[in-house]
Amino acid sequence: MSVRQIFKDMAYGPAPESPAAANAWLEAHQRRFGLFINNQWITPKQEAYYPSYNPATLEQLAETAQAGQAEVDLAVAAARQAFQSWSQTPGVERARYLYAIARNIQKHHRLLAVLESMDNGKPIRESRDIDVPLLARHFYYHAGWAQLMERELSDYQPVGVVGQIIPWNFPLLMLAWKVAPAIALGNTVVIKPASYTRLTALLFAEIVAEAGLPPGVVNVITGSSRAGEMLAAHPDVDKVAFTGSTEVGRLLRQRTAGSGKKLSLELGGKSPFIVFEDADLDSAIEGVVDAIWFNQGQVCCAGSRLLVQENIADTFLEKLKARMNKLRVGDPLDKCMDMGAIVDKSQWETIHHWVQTGLAEGGTLYQPDIPLPEQGLFYKPTLITGTEPAAQVVQEEIFGPVLVALTFRSPAEAIELANNTRYGLAASVWSDNINLALEVAGQVKAGSVWVNCTNLFDAAAGFGGYRESGFGREGGREGLFEYLRPAWQPRPRPKYSPPKDGKPPADWGAHIPARPLMPGEFQPNGRLVRIDRTPKMYIGGQQVRPDGHYTRAVLSPHGELIGQVGDGNRKDIRDAVEAAHAAHLSKPGWAMRHGYHRAQILYFIAENLAARQEEFARRIVHMTGCKPSSAAAEVRMAIERLFTYAAYADKYGGTVQETTLRGVTVAVYEPVGVIGIACPDEYPLLAFISLMAPAIARGNTVVIIPSPAHPLSATDFYQVLDTSDVPPGVVNIVTGDRDHLTRTLVEHEDVDAVWYFGDAEGSFCVEYASAANMKRTWVNYGLPRDWMDRRQGEGEEFLHEATQVKNIWIPTGA
Amino acid sequence: MASKNQRNPGIPLELGWVLGVHVNRSAVERRCATLPARRSIKKDWQAAWLLRAITCLDLTTLAGDDTPGRVHRLCAKARQPLRADMRLALGAEDDRLTVAAVCVYPSRVKDAVEALQGSGIPVASVATGFPAGQTPLAQRIAEIEQAIEAGAGEIDVVIHRAHVLTGNWQALYDEIRQFRATCGSTVQMKTILATGDLATLKQVYQASLVAMMAGSDFIKTSTGKESVNATLEVGLVMARAIREYVQRTGYPVGFKPAGGIHTAKQTLAWQALMKEELGEAWLMPELFRIGASSLLTDLERQLYHYIHGRYAARHHMPLG
Repeated sequence: MSVRQIFKDMAYGPAPESPAAANAWLEAHQRRFGLFINNQWITPKQEAYYPSYNPATLEQLAETAQAGQAEVDLAVAAARQAFQSWSQTPGVERARYLYAIARNIQKHHRLLAVLESMDNGKPIRESRDIDVPLLARHFYYHAGWAQLMERELSDYQPVGVVGQIIPWNFPLLMLAWKVAPAIALGNTVVIKPASYTRLTALLFAEIVAEAGLPPGVVNVITGSSRAGEMLAAHPDVDKVAFTGSTEVGRLLRQRTAGSGKKLSLELGGKSPFIVFEDADLDSAIEGVVDAIWFNQGQVCCAGSRLLVQENIADTFLEKLKARMNKLRVGDPLDKCMDMGAIVDKSQWETIHHWVQTGLAEGGTLYQPDIPLPEQGLFYKPTLITGTEPAAQVVQEEIFGPVLVALTFRSPAEAIELANNTRYGLAASVWSDNINLALEVAGQVKAGSVWVNCTNLFDAAAGFGGYRESGFGREGGREGLFEYLRPAWQPRPRPKYSPPKDGKPPADWGAHIPARPLMPGEFQPNGRLVRIDRTPKMYIGGQQVRPDGHYTRAVLSPHGELIGQVGDGNRKDIRDAVEAAHAAHLSKPGWAMRHGYHRAQILYFIAENLAARQEEFARRIVHMTGCKPSSAAAEVRMAIERLFTYAAYADKYGGTVQETTLRGVTVAVYEPVGVIGIACPDEYPLLAFISLMAPAIARGNTVVIIPSPAHPLSATDFYQVLDTSDVPPGVVNIVTGDRDHLTRTLVEHEDVDAVWYFGDAEGSFCVEYASAANMKRTWVNYGLPRDWMDRRQGEGEEFLHEATQVKNIWIPTGA
Repeated sequence: MASKNQRNPGIPLELGWVLGVHVNRSAVERRCATLPARRSIKKDWQAAWLLRAITCLDLTTLAGDDTPGRVHRLCAKARQPLRADMRLALGAEDDRLTVAAVCVYPSRVKDAVEALQGSGIPVASVATGFPAGQTPLAQRIAEIEQAIEAGAGEIDVVIHRAHVLTGNWQALYDEIRQFRATCGSTVQMKTILATGDLATLKQVYQASLVAMMAGSDFIKTSTGKESVNATLEVGLVMARAIREYVQRTGYPVGFKPAGGIHTAKQTLAWQALMKEELGEAWLMPELFRIGASSLLTDLERQLYHYIHGRYAARHHMPLG
């Protein structure tokens, strides 16, 4: 085309970024890569390689090694070896290494960006302006945490060797989110990039080595999902971090269950993009572009469900279609493109399948009449209107450039629709009314909420999901805990091997209710006057009889019958969970009450417990046979603990994050919701209080199973609750067999978290079964903790488990 | 709906429309921050686009020391903005390649008209108490009449900012309506919003709407005398207002950023903004002007680099 012709039609032309440097790097490796272990290239024993393609041209870029068990072992061993010294390296020294990595990323910025686009298919504008700058930013930010670790995180230690498995949609950025916090805090890593995209991780490995990082701190292995499984299953891995599909996340939860490994999962989403009538609609349209056509829509937090107020829906959709006509799809290395290629043929087919499904479900398709390159895996930006929540395309994650649109009538309906999903990764809210926007931001169940903006990321703000979008955060102070363990706590090594098939035994939690004890089966209690006093369940603020009308005996260590409690069953749990939800829905719901109110109630509980401390101490002596002095000490500590969490009731609500946003990024520490708690047998009162108090202080409601051996402190305690203004349903107590009741709790899909303090088998079963709805779990692997020790029995670990962090991004500008 | 080429006659003031506007500054800023990076114009395309930009220039001198001699020199440059050898190299020797207009103060219109005789290049005159608009209305209107009398084919009027800042849309509408009536059926009117003096982007959008409702042919960002001149943010908001006005009424209205545009790179960003938000018609001088004085030299140097692959010396480009 001549200048003269262009002068007349004013077309766009190609603006190609040169692949020369990236090709030269590939050539320097003969387009064949081994594994990067101990800062060296390792050739796998089996010499198996598989090709890596450029999805825009379908040309082979290189081939990389297929790691087998031997290589995974080698990499983990290297990381273990390095951990010995790296974890002992002072934080101020680790900070220098991270700073060097950050600088080195900046020095090789363009090479990283070009290779990323060639390997993944994303437009060079995005890899150059978003992915790689954020990669550097994460190392800068975490260099700071390395520097400050001894001062700011003195109660913690690194976890150990971390196995990290990352997805193909943001190969470098996801690597940064995983590697930077891990090594900053003294861990060493073995990272496995996604099967489709592994070249930039290998380039990154060289960049890290060039920056002088000691061998073994960062190891990169490539391979199929088999290699990922080997890594996750490796016994010498202390923590597994995964970003990817909810399906694989579920598998990993099951495979690592009961092992004592920490696990963080960042999974899928179907995030709402909510537009109110008083939004700047033209800007909201650009928001949609950034929400669903960023990275070809292959973004876990993509705003893929457009919810638009009914009265502006027609206008908005017309504007959107006009905007779609302007999008340019093509060569990822062309700087004048909005969208590049879909990562792989199978993904392209999945997307196309979903679009066909949407049409079959009655949806109306809109795709702009814009050119696509003749070859390569390109997909048009796609809008499906006329679908309802009942349609699969509205519920399922498509992971492509496909937007579904729905309408709503009121803010309440917008919130309801937004939350009508199993996911909870992100949300975007558009309104120029700050009251409305922030109200909706508060109500949406999602880990990131962007007000009048979308898809903003920064190392200083945590990213992660609610519900089946996973657990754990990456970024911010809240993200550090994924790579830390309390200083007092050794790595749990449960004395339990799961059954051969890896699944919980079918009879786990099976329980046959008790029958009356015959004389001779218990010691008659000669010292107490026998008054028939049978504690009940405590559900929804009512003392209720067990649904099954079965009763279990409570014996002292000497075999004396000291009481009887209800033998709870699944229906008691069901009722308790309903009551716990009702306590959130009543007005004001428990989580909606301000911290001052919850603090007063906790102080009041402490006050009423203190008034009866001798009685509670006597009960502990009878149940456990401990010395009166230690029982008294337990009660005193329980009262202190209530004070601790009364104190925290209004002091753990969140923080302002120092992100790059002009405006405010607020981390809100929200309650998890309904928490099921199974108490241990040790310290029957103190452990019960130590678990209940942080949960309710932070706005959760609980279904709590007291120690099955020593339940009477808990059943006595409901009288204290009754006199302390605790609203109905906030604390629900179900007595009975721990594992029997826990099984119903952990399988219940409307329970948000389960804390289990029982045995190693139960811990395995709880972690395994939690995969059904990806609820958060906290288990003890059958290892006791000293509840009298303040370091072990209270504090940030408990608050961390009782909260989930939502980051709300609020830009400002007059 | 009006035909695509019909001149905007204006419409009655629709206050509900004006008051219902929402503009979110941070979102506007984000769009502007990424738009130039989304649309990279290189090589032949860049040359063609810069050549096109020359034809959209309102080559301007608005200084206290303007003299007839200064205006004559500028007009000579307006007639021949690009060296003959460069035109030849670009294959543009046959095309009419002049700037769109020469823009001067009312007192210099006569000089410019003389100097541009036979060139077909219109003289644009600022008016209505330029740059502050703080003179009595009768005087402001008289200025328009005098400039037209002296031969101006285009009038760049400034608005009375107080009307925007106090939300007196009716008064703003009435004044611009009178300016338009004074311009009559043949003289194009560009309305300068002086956005650097306005408080918010919302006011920029609202003032844009009122100016178009009152019959402006173009809306223009700045006088060049405010402390902040043409920014992409303001441009985006004005472009969106134009788009909405065109959609609702069918009358196309032109856009003119002015002040602070010195480089080819900035120019390309403005052009990309026009093409993305409004379409190709807004890249042509009928609907797009750039008000600038020093920009042309940079355009020439970039074109020289395109032709020869070497960076050009400023003093090799004839002065305007």
